Amino acid sequence: MASGRLTKAAHGAAREGAARGDGAPPATEPGSGAEPRLNMIDIVIIPLLKIVIVFVAVLFGVAYLVLLERKVQAWVQVRLGPMRVGPHGVLQPIADALKLFVKEDITPARADKWVYTLAPMISLVPALIVFAVIPFGGTAHLFGKTVPLFVADVNVGLLYIVSVASIGVYGLILAGYASNSKYPLLSSLRASAQLISYEVAVTMTLVSLILMAGTLSMVGIVEAQRQAGLWYVFAQPLAFFIFLAGGLAETNRAPFDLPEAEQELVGGFHTEYSGMRFAFFFLAEYANMIVVSSVATTLFFGGWLAPFPNVHALAFLGLVPGWIWFLLKVFCFLYLFLWIRATLPRYRYDQLMRLGWKVLIPLAIANVIVTGAVKVLL
Amino acid sequence: MANAPRPMFDTETLVINMGPQHPSTHGVLRVVLRLDGERVVDCDVVIGYLHRGIEKLSENRDYTQIVLLTDRMDYVAAATNNLGYCETVEKLMGLEVPRRAKYIRTILAELQRIASHNVWLGTHAMDIGAVTVFLYNIRERELILDLFEEYCGARLTYNSMRVGGLPLDIPAGWDRKVREFCRIQEEKLVDYELLLTHNRIWLERTRNVGVISGPDAIAIGLSGPPLRGSGVARDVRKDEPYAAYDELEFDVPVGATGDTYDRYLVRLEEFRQSIRIIRQALDGLPEGPIVGKVPRLIKPPAGETYHAIESPKGELGYFIASDGKSTSPYRFRVRPPSFCNLQALRQLVRGHLVADVVALIGSIDVVLGEVDR
Repeated sequence: MASGRLTKAAHGAAREGAARGDGAPPATEPGSGAEPRLNMIDIVIIPLLKIVIVFVAVLFGVAYLVLLERKVQAWVQVRLGPMRVGPHGVLQPIADALKLFVKEDITPARADKWVYTLAPMISLVPALIVFAVIPFGGTAHLFGKTVPLFVADVNVGLLYIVSVASIGVYGLILAGYASNSKYPLLSSLRASAQLISYEVAVTMTLVSLILMAGTLSMVGIVEAQRQAGLWYVFAQPLAFFIFLAGGLAETNRAPFDLPEAEQELVGGFHTEYSGMRFAFFFLAEYANMIVVSSVATTLFFGGWLAPFPNVHALAFLGLVPGWIWFLLKVFCFLYLFLWIRATLPRYRYDQLMRLGWKVLIPLAIANVIVTGAVKVLL
Repeated sequence: MANAPRPMFDTETLVINMGPQHPSTHGVLRVVLRLDGERVVDCDVVIGYLHRGIEKLSENRDYTQIVLLTDRMDYVAAATNNLGYCETVEKLMGLEVPRRAKYIRTILAELQRIASHNVWLGTHAMDIGAVTVFLYNIRERELILDLFEEYCGARLTYNSMRVGGLPLDIPAGWDRKVREFCRIQEEKLVDYELLLTHNRIWLERTRNVGVISGPDAIAIGLSGPPLRGSGVARDVRKDEPYAAYDELEFDVPVGATGDTYDRYLVRLEEFRQSIRIIRQALDGLPEGPIVGKVPRLIKPPAGETYHAIESPKGELGYFIASDGKSTSPYRFRVRPPSFCNLQALRQLVRGHLVADVVALIGSIDVVLGEVDR
């Protein structure tokens, strides 16, 4: 069916077997398209299952990321962190979620009620649907079927991520605006300025990555790294650092956590929010952290690829399933985020903008030009 | 401006209330900011939320009871307040304090300075976003609280001095523990410096923020580290020695430009100087009584006196007027360093950004208990 639709010649070969977004059967599996009953499974049930699994895994990951953050920060700060709910506080996320569910949902009397209600959703939904194109692994063999470990391999995957992720900013802006309160307003102004300017730098680094891989597909980029035998972090170290700094800024993480700088703007844009609506912002922030980590892993650290593919002595590393490598790498990134937060003070608004516009964006553009020139010359 | 025709695109200043319930106003300080975007056009400092009438209350308590009230002013440096008050009454009565008591008082006051600076550095760093430093500082302060607890049984409001001397001698082995603490604190100072002093973000956040020149600082009436940060080497411990400071060696660190970073450096150096003073005082701790000849009923002769000491925040002065007949002061007045230093805030924050306001409140190091009394 759709398997013939693949037109990308460069790295398409490896992806021939990978299903498209509509869950078409892999071309390498003989006879799978022969029976309509099987097609139903391939087209509807497997993608649905994958969506549910990814959704649950992400929410679970977010819940435990919050716990991890509290624990890591506590350890850095010679504390214990949550210890009461379950052994070493492992059930803390459940208690937190329960608390947020039963909390009173307050809407300020003079808030713009529609926008106020809508803003948390606008914030959370993009953060979750980005996961549709993130490849968690190559393929897995389950019940005699070859199942690609991603929900969809869109041929404009990277573009999809950038565009969907930037919708999330509207959530923050609208939340600050709709609260009809001064601190949230200041915070949302900060958020919009910050996120838009760092978006530019991050997208520029992505351009140089696209030049390297020759494709916008997330799976394609990983395959390109496999074929090159080189993780792009080694080919594009500058792009990686810009991406990392921009990623921190875009997810409102320290040292760029100005929109929710509690010491300056109280709660930032979510000052007036309570209960589940507040939780939505919270979930969105942490989901975004996972998104940025996943994208960084995919683009710069070879996604699900095992490290040292050329070293024979370490060939056993290839026996570990790809999705475990992927999760490990993502975890390392998340840990780095938490570590940075525990260590560094916060930038000031004007310094942040200066760093973005005067340092990161010119560097990113220069990087694109150099990458392009090298590509053309070679 | 009101009569001028309204232009099509108009900007208005935004009045925003920072405090009295705000995470980084160090208590119940209220700062009314007038903002142009994120830039502070003007600010009003509103105080009085923690006013308990300590000065008036003191006029109805006898001299021994007032020691207890002074604890409640600068509650992160209670022993310093005790010291200032007791010395003022001693000056008024012409009492002689035994040398041993003077030395122990000095040790207590310097420990208190380290404790207070720990609270300052922690909260200051936290306001700028470095949360970890706060917990490190609180960890070290905890050790000082333990030392005080062992000395006088209290951890925050010590009531640790009496007119004419001290209520208690130091417990056995206490000096060893103080030395051990000094060692730990010296080690940990390196940690704070690693986290902050050469940190690029910290430098950018504090350098050239809230610059105040030496003459301006004197004109406003600044004292303590904010004054010394502006390059004025004024330290009551050196200029008008009290307790045992005239017998001990220490340096008075001064800053160069008078910005937030200089005030930070000055206080960091004061940590080291305090440790130095404590070590000398422990080495030279004389034997002898801890209370001088004090009448059973403290009733100073008619007269008035002012006496100032160097509290961790600046010059802490007490003015006591006695009518010679009563066992309570006729007039009791405190010159709180936090209150006088807070006056500079308005001048400091003008033209800076909202984020600098919290850095500046932190760099002045105010304690609202002392501002409002």
